[in-house]
Amino acid sequence: MEQKQLKRIIEALLFASDKPLGIAQIKEVLEGPDISAIKSAAGELKQEYKDSGRSFGIAEIAGGYQIITDPAYAPWLQKLYRKSHTEKLSHPSLETLAIIAYRQPITRLEIEDVRGVNVDGVLKTLLERALVRISGRKQIPGRPFLYGTTKNFLEFFALQSLQELPQLEEFGELALRRGEKDVKIKQPSQEDRPD
Amino acid sequence: MSYKVKLEIFEGPLDLLLYLIKKEELNIYDIPIAGITEQYLQYLDLMQLLDLKVAGEFLVMASTLMQIKSKMLLPVEEQQPQEEEEEDPRAELVRRLLEYSKFKEAANRLEELEREQADVFRRRITPVPFGASAEEDYFEASLFDLISAFSKIVKTVPKKQFLEIIKDEFTVEKKVHDLLHLLVVKPVIYFSKLFEKAKSKIEIIATFLAVLELIRLKEIQIRQKSSFAEIQIIRHPEHIKVRGIKDGTKAAKEDY
Repeated sequence: MEQKQLKRIIEALLFASDKPLGIAQIKEVLEGPDISAIKSAAGELKQEYKDSGRSFGIAEIAGGYQIITDPAYAPWLQKLYRKSHTEKLSHPSLETLAIIAYRQPITRLEIEDVRGVNVDGVLKTLLERALVRISGRKQIPGRPFLYGTTKNFLEFFALQSLQELPQLEEFGELALRRGEKDVKIKQPSQEDRPD
Repeated sequence: MSYKVKLEIFEGPLDLLLYLIKKEELNIYDIPIAGITEQYLQYLDLMQLLDLKVAGEFLVMASTLMQIKSKMLLPVEEQQPQEEEEEDPRAELVRRLLEYSKFKEAANRLEELEREQADVFRRRITPVPFGASAEEDYFEASLFDLISAFSKIVKTVPKKQFLEIIKDEFTVEKKVHDLLHLLVVKPVIYFSKLFEKAKSKIEIIATFLAVLELIRLKEIQIRQKSSFAEIQIIRHPEHIKVRGIKDGTKAAKEDY
């Protein structure tokens, strides 16, 4: 299959899809070109849109590709489709979600240990919105549920994969920089963190 | 009657402590515990004064702070050769605060991403696939999905039905047979439809147990189009010899 033709087929597939289209799915439809050929064609298409100054482009989300609009055109689109603000995640939800995203699979008690508060209600909301799911049970007494993030989580935040999240260590003391004075400090060792 | 308002200014005790540390520009590795305990308690008083509901977790932290404070007042005993260096009573608290602050930052980052997404629009069409529905993408429903679907069904059964006295004429074994027969006639059965004609709670439970048994025996498979979508029951692909139904059971199982 010609590269140009391949590119156009992928374009048509993406154009007609309302969800990120996985590379595996594209491969199945094309019956021939391998993953690297698909990736390079999609990459070319992405660049093509960028170069020609389109109001939309190709984003890599949740291990696939999706056509999305340029944020610069949001004011007009928001007029057309009012995005409801009630859908915004609350702070407790975001905190809990962050803990699950970085520490999965994780039990409810382990989440509560980090947050210092009960997360029952929050967890229920996150499950209802399909941002997290029960991924199994921990093999300890009581066999508590383990929670993890879903594919929908990646789509919601437009992430390619969990690896795309910034390293947790980068955050570290960022929040506390301001509080530090030049006192000689003894840092607690990282090893004594119980699991 | 008094009205309690839960004001979520502070997500929890750790959040309040971080706030106090920042406000007073304290060094997190050397927290003046007496001072911060006092401030912390003042905030709790203030919250109670405003008639805000003070969650139990705040009180637990208050006692932890006081415990640390009292430990630090004790003279350090020198005759402890087994431990090289006595741990600072604050160490555990510091560790928790640092850990929590990391996730607080991470949550902020997620919020940023969410905000960015509010400006991005995606295609809104629901494409109608040409040709067969057999190519649709399904994945295997988990047992948890099945149980939650079942609990919904149990809830929707009118209470009245549970009061009737019915002879126990439903056995799991019979339901297993019924279900397999039904699958011969209809290749796809919706899980919720399975219980529509059930007359009693016992029958519902027998039917559900039959489903579980058949899953265990790999006679049937449960699948969904997406999380929380309607659960469908089909014959297990291994048992279909006539024609292989091509479905996406392999797709979304372990990919995140």
